[in-house]
Amino acid sequence: MGEDLLLAMASVDKRFAGIPALIGASFEVRRGEVHALIGQNGAGKSTLIKVLTGYHKKDAGSVSFDGKPFEVASPQQAQASGISTIYQEINLVPYRSITENICLGREKRRFGLLDWGAMHAEAERLLARFNIKADVRRPVMEFSTATQQMVAIARAIGFDAKLVIMDEPTSSLDEREVGVLFDVIRQLKAEGVSVVFVSHKLDELYAVCDRVTIMRDGRTVRVAEISGIGKLDLVSSMLGREIARVEGHATAFTDRDPAKLGETLFAAEHLSAGSAVRDVSFSIRRGEITGFAGLLGAGRTETARLAFAADKRSGGSMTLGGVPYDPASPIDAIAAGLGFCTEDRKAEGIVPNMSVAENMMLALMPKLAKSGIIDEPRQRQIVEKFIKALSIKCSGPNQKIRELSGGNQQKVLLGRWLATEPRLLILDEPTRGIDVGAKGEIQALIKSLADDGLAVLMISSELEEVIEGADRVFVLREGLTVSEMSRAEASEDAVMAAMAEGNLEVAR
Amino acid sequence: MTDATRAAVVARQPINPFDLLARYGTVIALVLLIVFNLIFTTNFATLQTLNVNLTQVCTIVIVAVGMTLVIATGGIDLSVGSLMAISGALAPMVFMSKLFPIGNIYLAVALAIIIAVGVATLLGLFNGWLIARFRIQPIIATLVLFIAGRGIAQVMTNGQLQTFKVPEFQFIGLGRVLGIPFQVIVMLVLVIIAAWVIRKTVFGRQILAIGGNEKASGLSGIAVKKVKLVVYAISGFCAGIAGLVVIAINSASDANLVGLGMELDAIAAVAVGGTLLSGGRASIIGTLLGALTIQLVRYTLLANGVPDSVAQVAQAVIIIAAVWVQQQGRNA
Repeated sequence: MGEDLLLAMASVDKRFAGIPALIGASFEVRRGEVHALIGQNGAGKSTLIKVLTGYHKKDAGSVSFDGKPFEVASPQQAQASGISTIYQEINLVPYRSITENICLGREKRRFGLLDWGAMHAEAERLLARFNIKADVRRPVMEFSTATQQMVAIARAIGFDAKLVIMDEPTSSLDEREVGVLFDVIRQLKAEGVSVVFVSHKLDELYAVCDRVTIMRDGRTVRVAEISGIGKLDLVSSMLGREIARVEGHATAFTDRDPAKLGETLFAAEHLSAGSAVRDVSFSIRRGEITGFAGLLGAGRTETARLAFAADKRSGGSMTLGGVPYDPASPIDAIAAGLGFCTEDRKAEGIVPNMSVAENMMLALMPKLAKSGIIDEPRQRQIVEKFIKALSIKCSGPNQKIRELSGGNQQKVLLGRWLATEPRLLILDEPTRGIDVGAKGEIQALIKSLADDGLAVLMISSELEEVIEGADRVFVLREGLTVSEMSRAEASEDAVMAAMAEGNLEVAR
Repeated sequence: MTDATRAAVVARQPINPFDLLARYGTVIALVLLIVFNLIFTTNFATLQTLNVNLTQVCTIVIVAVGMTLVIATGGIDLSVGSLMAISGALAPMVFMSKLFPIGNIYLAVALAIIIAVGVATLLGLFNGWLIARFRIQPIIATLVLFIAGRGIAQVMTNGQLQTFKVPEFQFIGLGRVLGIPFQVIVMLVLVIIAAWVIRKTVFGRQILAIGGNEKASGLSGIAVKKVKLVVYAISGFCAGIAGLVVIAINSASDANLVGLGMELDAIAAVAVGGTLLSGGRASIIGTLLGALTIQLVRYTLLANGVPDSVAQVAQAVIIIAAVWVQQQGRNA
């Protein structure tokens, strides 16, 4: 074979309640290499890692680690066997000292008592390897996120890890801190430790990784030397464009007449907030579907939340219907005629214990009430109208929303906003986690709403949805609008090129 | 949708016995208790027994009504007992003209009620402010007044017992209208209003939405902070009234004792009544039944010669059973 494999996972299957999450997935890591693992949400990266670390039990397949068959029942066992994982949210005990965190679970003892001297020395020695000097007696919460991350890594190394898995380690770090982290990764590599690096930021992969494994829909679709694959190629493998192209028209969106579009309804100039949204400008016309394309972390959802005043913006201005629009809260945004279907239906959309009717009327209710008393007959009338119009499958308006399928829940939430008769509807991943049939229905619905003059801002990670659905596409990358394309210009190649390597300098 | 598919949708939801138990368990328990007493407790089926039990349960129910609303938003209010003490300490100071002289006794009593209940409401608002403005966990935020409130009441009264004989005021606790104790009427009015608010008003729906999913509620244009402020103010209002009822019955106000342990009785009544402690569901009638159940268990044990300490243990067992049934109903 020639190559010195540390980890080999082959034909791994994993199902959750019958739904496949991994289908014959494979993953190989050589000794002393930095290996990128990438894929869209739901591609199976996390499941693969969790199978490896014993968090989930695989249904089928084989795993060998360090030349031996490898089967662990818990993350603790995996750690003892030499696989350490550093999660996005740093798993440290905030109030305890650096030493305690690094030595947790393998304390040094002398005469049955903790040997603090030896433990402090050990902690200092481990951190010194990364050129970090810190008072190891202070609680970790007093240190910067970057230092905390280093402590987490030091803790991992302290367990004599042969493989360190880093799940989006840079998401909470600033540029300088990322530099320090990369130095640490190179240091690990020099010492023969392998690193699996999960990140959505392509530039980082090229800066630090040797090889890349790309996953999609639970399968391993590509393994390549990072130097031998272009960014565009990487993105297209990730999104699986070769496959979808064969299928032809992949969505229920049909072509629309550009002449039907009205004047500009909403415009945002130079929006910014934190590090997620740095400088985003876009506009939406009446009757237009405007699409946001971009990789995860490009700032699409964050921008939508600024427009809806769900988060406070730190800079930029917006206009709605030609007049300045400066909402202080979602209440103002709704009053101005906006609606916002969030990406995370469960956490931010439905009220699970409430009925279909109550969920649908949540935003409209105050308007429908006479001196604070709910107008039941009127409400029922509206709910029944939307159940029919959106063909929501439920036993009736009083069924609990949590008993409905994902697609029907999404329709109820659409109904919640349509009932308020909005001027602009923001749809964040409107078809995520919805079965194919319902997906087509919702796409057709969005189109017909736009035909009736509604302005729609649609965010989608599915390229064909944006390209076939949107009249205009804005491409975001690292918190900047890097490109604006008309329907004619927005070919798959052009959009993917902008997502992967859109010029950040020109945009500013 | 055709009738066939509609039937299919309905049929897919099997009836969960625990769901039924969670919904009607309190009623069943109450009926069993009454039957037991009718058989074993002498002189149970008398008007006097009914009156004794109703008057004793009144203050718990009044406080528990406010508590139900608070819990429905996913919060909790530990300060109610202390707010009762403050209200109970303030009112006599006003109507006995200790603060400022008032000539007319009716005016004095009216002012006493307004000031005492008003202050309790404002302190409730303060709880809400801590919780909504600073995002302090409700259990911690209301712990502030739970501890400090009783202290404030004691400082106001120099730790002295205030005794009084003012029939115009004590009507609240001792008076009767058409043979019904006045406090029972107050309780029923509050229960009916609260139940109506939960069912029929936008405010009620918003309380449940916030308890069910606070993020989704905020994004749907509900003024989450405002609703929370009002809910805690209502809880303070209810505690204020309950404090007055207690001192009116006793002809005395002891800042040490008024409302002592009331927060736990009220929370227990809410839990036994089937309101989810995690928020999002509220049953005012359930709370009423829950309080009655706890009261009746205590009465049954005491009337049959079981000591109070044992009765408390029985109360704990009932609460555990109620919460267990709730969880089974939800998980299955």
